[in-house]
Amino acid sequence: MTENFEPTIIGFTCNWCSYRAADLAGTARMKYAPNVRLIRMMCSGRLDPTFVLRALSGGADGVMITGCHPGECHYIEQNYKALRRYLLLKRVLKGMGIEPERVKLVWASAAEGAKFASETTLFVEEIRKLGPLNWGKPTERLDDLQEEISKTEEVPA
Amino acid sequence: MTSNGKPKFAMYWAASCGGCEIAVLNIHEKILDVDANFDVVFWPVAMDAKYKDVEAMEDGSILLTLFNGGIRNNENEHLAKLLRQKSKILVAFGSCACEGCIPGLANLSPVGEIVHTAFSTLSTDNPHEIYPRVSFDVPEGELHIPKLEPILRPLDQVVDVDYYMPGCPPESHQIAAVVDLVIKVLRDEAQLPPKGAVIGAGNSTVCDECKRTRNVKFIREFKRIQDIAPVDPTLCLLEQGIPCNGPATRSGCNARCPSAGAQCIGCYGPAEGVVDYGARLITAFSSVVDAREPEEIERILDGIPDPVGQVYRFNLAGSLMKAAKPAWQKA
Repeated sequence: MTENFEPTIIGFTCNWCSYRAADLAGTARMKYAPNVRLIRMMCSGRLDPTFVLRALSGGADGVMITGCHPGECHYIEQNYKALRRYLLLKRVLKGMGIEPERVKLVWASAAEGAKFASETTLFVEEIRKLGPLNWGKPTERLDDLQEEISKTEEVPA
Repeated sequence: MTSNGKPKFAMYWAASCGGCEIAVLNIHEKILDVDANFDVVFWPVAMDAKYKDVEAMEDGSILLTLFNGGIRNNENEHLAKLLRQKSKILVAFGSCACEGCIPGLANLSPVGEIVHTAFSTLSTDNPHEIYPRVSFDVPEGELHIPKLEPILRPLDQVVDVDYYMPGCPPESHQIAAVVDLVIKVLRDEAQLPPKGAVIGAGNSTVCDECKRTRNVKFIREFKRIQDIAPVDPTLCLLEQGIPCNGPATRSGCNARCPSAGAQCIGCYGPAEGVVDYGARLITAFSSVVDAREPEEIERILDGIPDPVGQVYRFNLAGSLMKAAKPAWQKA
């Protein structure tokens, strides 16, 4: 691991809570690690595990998934689905020799800009300790990720 | 080489079990149609042929090549490239060529470990610890065997593929239908599907073909099928808590396993539009788990003891990650 390793983090935020939290952190000029590239989705329940695998295989060192607090989902209970997918995905990643800590789920309400900022900084430091993932020979680039989201089908309920 | 005017046909096996060849022979008398319409120029399992005969052929002179098996060693790779060069239509035939299949699960381990397991485990009688070598000197000269590559790759990670025919093995009625189609194309009675298409399979999921009754699924416990007695013969297996891979798997087999009382294990590969098979299954299983508390969810997920084997049994080499970290690291 090199001394000046800067982790590349992909962050998935939901439109109603955690993206607003990130927005609040920005407008309130809170400082947090600049390593995270945010992708906004309508809901954490939209998070197809494909997106996480695409990010990790395409060069990301970690993935942060954020959503509304349990019980506060704009779509009633989709963040519980995100939680279940996250827990099963971590088991699969572990089976493939990837540290499950490279994927993190954070609940942040629209008012929790400070929490979003501190959790992001904390996650970047955790990934920095784990070192680069350097997955295989990446054939797809991170730029394709946004395109991927628009291309894939709806996640079945 | 014969020159009877018939279009040329080839079939090759790389890292595979031979089940695909048997599935081809299982089309019964339809195999005579293959012989009547094609000149079989290369098919190691069925007839004698030398690689140098194939190398001597003109580029693009074979009309149709069915390639089964994944690319595990440099011999497989050589033949894949050679047959690509010599064939007009190259079909990734069967799960191994399409997505790695069971041999692709070796992508969980480094090559050294695979060889060690094969030659040194308790069940192997190898008292002198003889290991294969890539080259070996004998009085007659130097012998070579193919060299293993770090990971197994599906055919399309090595060469350009025209069509995909999934299944482990592809169902014989599907093979017969494809043979009929190709013969019709030869007679200008039909058109070939667009390049890159999946042939000999459906466009939906196994669930769509499954005759079992489906209600709303609330799973509070995953169980292995052998631990359930008796298995309800008409109810959806997933609803009974058996992790059935039907929701992510391409149709085309008429839901053979669920009809016979066993869960779908996913041999027909990802359904239409699915980018990563395992990711789709993670989504499907997570959707039906009836719990909201992390501890309770974890308890239910404990019922799937081998998550990678469950969601990538046939698809690991063709997944987005392609192989597990240990396989990459020692590469």
